[in-house]
Amino acid sequence: MTTDAEVLWLDEHRVVSLAEMVEVSGLTQEELLELARGGAIPVLEMRGAICTFSAQVISVARTACRLRDELELDMAGLGVALRLLDRVRVLEEEIARLRALLPRD
Amino acid sequence: MKYTDYYAALGVERGASAAEIKKSYRRLAQKYHPDVSKEPEAEARFKEIAEAYQTLKDPEKRAAYDALGQRPQGEEFRPSPDWERQHAGGDGQFAFEDVDFADLFSRFGARGGQTRRNGQMPGQDFEVPVEISIEDAFNGTTLELQLSMPEYDENGRVKRVPHPVKARIAPGAVDGQRLRLPGKGGQGFNGGRAGDLYLDISLKPHRLYRATGHDLYVDLPLAPWEAALGASVEVPTPAGAVNLKVRAGTSSGQKLRLGGRGLPRARGGAGDLFAVAQIVVPAELSGRERELYEQLKGASGDGLRKHFAEGA
Repeated sequence: MTTDAEVLWLDEHRVVSLAEMVEVSGLTQEELLELARGGAIPVLEMRGAICTFSAQVISVARTACRLRDELELDMAGLGVALRLLDRVRVLEEEIARLRALLPRD
Repeated sequence: MKYTDYYAALGVERGASAAEIKKSYRRLAQKYHPDVSKEPEAEARFKEIAEAYQTLKDPEKRAAYDALGQRPQGEEFRPSPDWERQHAGGDGQFAFEDVDFADLFSRFGARGGQTRRNGQMPGQDFEVPVEISIEDAFNGTTLELQLSMPEYDENGRVKRVPHPVKARIAPGAVDGQRLRLPGKGGQGFNGGRAGDLYLDISLKPHRLYRATGHDLYVDLPLAPWEAALGASVEVPTPAGAVNLKVRAGTSSGQKLRLGGRGLPRARGGAGDLFAVAQIVVPAELSGRERELYEQLKGASGDGLRKHFAEGA
């Protein structure tokens, strides 16, 4: 039977706790904190034991988990891979914006 | 079910060592991993490689796989009752109907060890790409997805079952938006929680609009005299056509902004719509038109390229 699903938007308006991020990403708390401290996973707030993220970052953390498991990357490799992927994302968005300016053939 | 040759997928001999299998997997995974690869069919290729490696890297699963014998890729077959008794812990009565070859060895994870057999296992998360139209992004839409997911019976045996999911997407989804549907992924085992379903939204190409984030761009063809003299023209927007005042002296490529006429944002407000001016010159001129253009030429001169000479 088809039932209506609850739909959570993974956008900048939803705040995710460290515990929730651990549950949905598959990374351990230590891995998440290490990537967050290194800047590979952006945080909203990191103060003592409190660490929160924007829900947009869930996909980044899940990517990190996939890369860890499927390419067997260590934390240093993960940090570099995530930063490069973010640069690719920014460049692809810029290309899409510039393409939108071009007239259709 | 259809036989899959895992050794061929990894490009190794059947007698390959664990180290050779790992080396080959790593080489192929780096090439085809969908998070980093732009190879065509990378996702499907990586799925084959990962499925093969998950089985061949585990000695218990590899032994069970080898016991199925060597068969041609894609051959229809059914594991024997002996195979089920020896390798899947069953009673030899399982029909293997609706079982996907990819799922055949996954239950080893669910039943493999004594501790796991009595423990809970969470269901698998799934990510599904979904394309919606710009109209759907503007108005919101209800997605009715017909998915197929593995489901475990009480003995940990797995089979594929239809998994319909209905999800209401409010207005405001854009390219790259991700949505999480908690509990709509794979079923948990032994009381474990169900996995989640993630939807990766992308927008279908549109005959008029090009979307970037919440902003939309549309080509605005203008006749030369409209661009030179100014005009009021009708421009389509997802909410309906609006009149746009084109200023006199508009050039090709200039963006004319219609604030708040783009795609809505989920929490209120909307992006902008930009009409990109394109001055369209008639491909053929009537006699009268040619006469008027000749007059215009005489009146305007050719000062547009003066800077070419200055720069020489």
